[in-house]
Amino acid sequence: MWQNFPQQLYDNIILNNRWQMYLSGLKNTLLLTLGAAVIGIVLGSLVAICKVYIKNKKKITPVDRALDFVCDVYLTIIRGTPMMVQVLIFCWIIFGSASIAMNFYAAMIAFGINSGAYVAEIVRAGINAVNIGQTEAGRSLGLTSAMTMRSIVLPQAIKNILPALANEAITLVKETAIVGYAAQQDITYAAATIRSRTYSPVPLLLIAVVYLLIVMLMTYGVNKLERRLAKSDRG
Amino acid sequence: MIEVKGLHKHFGAIQAINGVDITIEKGEKIVIIGPSGCGKSTFLRCLNLLEQPTAGEIWFEGNMLNDGKSDVNKLRQKMGMVFQQFNLFPHKTIRENITLAPIKLKLMSVQQANDKATSLLSRIGLSDKAEVYPAQLSGGQQQRVAIVRALAMNPDVMLFDEPTSALDPEMVGEVLDVMKELAHEGMTMVVVTHEMGFAREVASRVLFMDSGKMVEQGTPQDIFDRPQCDRLRGFLAKVL
Ligand SMILES: Nc1ncnc2c1ncn2[C@@H]1O[C@H](COP(=O)(O)OP(=O)(O)OP(=O)(O)O)[C@@H](O)[C@H]1O
Ligand SMILES: [Mg+2]
Repeated sequence: MWQNFPQQLYDNIILNNRWQMYLSGLKNTLLLTLGAAVIGIVLGSLVAICKVYIKNKKKITPVDRALDFVCDVYLTIIRGTPMMVQVLIFCWIIFGSASIAMNFYAAMIAFGINSGAYVAEIVRAGINAVNIGQTEAGRSLGLTSAMTMRSIVLPQAIKNILPALANEAITLVKETAIVGYAAQQDITYAAATIRSRTYSPVPLLLIAVVYLLIVMLMTYGVNKLERRLAKSDRG
Repeated sequence: MIEVKGLHKHFGAIQAINGVDITIEKGEKIVIIGPSGCGKSTFLRCLNLLEQPTAGEIWFEGNMLNDGKSDVNKLRQKMGMVFQQFNLFPHKTIRENITLAPIKLKLMSVQQANDKATSLLSRIGLSDKAEVYPAQLSGGQQQRVAIVRALAMNPDVMLFDEPTSALDPEMVGEVLDVMKELAHEGMTMVVVTHEMGFAREVASRVLFMDSGKMVEQGTPQDIFDRPQCDRLRGFLAKVL
């Protein structure tokens, strides 16, 4: 398996322009992650704000109750089933008749919806971590609950939320590796394809290193962000 | 100005307020005293509906606050509140803390609000702190800012919940001085405090609360020099 390693490197990376397969796979991995992260953040924030808003409301209308119920159903289903199953259902059943190319977006949405459930929890926890006295001070001045949320609570919650969100994005990069099961050609799929021809350990080891580098880079970014936020705490 | 009728507030099985009726006139300085857990904070927080009463009515300037129809936000603008823990907004400068609500609620232009903040800050001797953040101030300074933040709304009544209890002893005086000044200017005030000296000096009426009820009330002389009920006597024996 390990004989003639330089030759293997050449065969698995250079020969037949195989490096292009890795590159276009990497591009898909990153696109998928980015799209899913954006969908997840928007969806998760909406769900979290809805839930916090409804929880703090004095008079709960039937519409509120229905909305809260929908949020709970979403969170329960997404957290209660394997991500892989969700992606497969999305690509093969819900968007089953779409072309493989369109299925890329189906997968992106599936990852986004999945991520949203975890983002919702991050945002909710971040909002709840802001001292209740802040809300009370805002409300006692006559500010509406929306104004209090926007001007007082959210700006403080962001400091708790951002680092956790970045960690969620790191998780997402790694989790997209299953998208090959939906016939999408991400970097893992590229490596598996090449390995099926060369039977060499090189492709999988290579992409492991690539994932690791991406994650290390993102971790470095998160740490920097955390330090910046801590500094702007001014106290 | 404020009228409370048959107020009850329960937290599950805990009966924090157990039937309180009271009328507060314009210009009165009410001081509420009583043992820990007797419901002082809860009573105060019911006045501006930070706590929703279980039963009873809260009237403020002719409007019933808790009828479910009144514009509570609007009425709260006229009821300033000062908390034990200051609750300044840590991500805003001192000036922004003071101007945020008047600007957001479109009661003042940015210019007007800034002018107001400048004059309020000079009044409490903190003009040089306008552009710093709350964490850079001492507790006493923060609480004085919290008081003028509420004053920036031009309230008709000020509610204080143990405004000096979280302070180091050497800072209590500076906060009480601001409150005394306010009292002399004729502000209507409802103050929960353990500072008996302040109560004696400033209060027009002292209320003694116990187990969710207003047990005894009267002038400071009545309450401190001629206490009627045993519970008040027992309480005073402990705190004086
Ligand atoms: N949010 C709440 N949930 C449950 N119980 C509460 C809540 N707030 C107050 N209580 C209870 O209601 C009672 C009255 O509390 P409150 O804070 O009004 O007392 P207090 O007179 O202000 O006491 P202290 O002098 O310690 O501040 C207490 O038994 C308290 O435990
Ligand atoms: Mg209290």
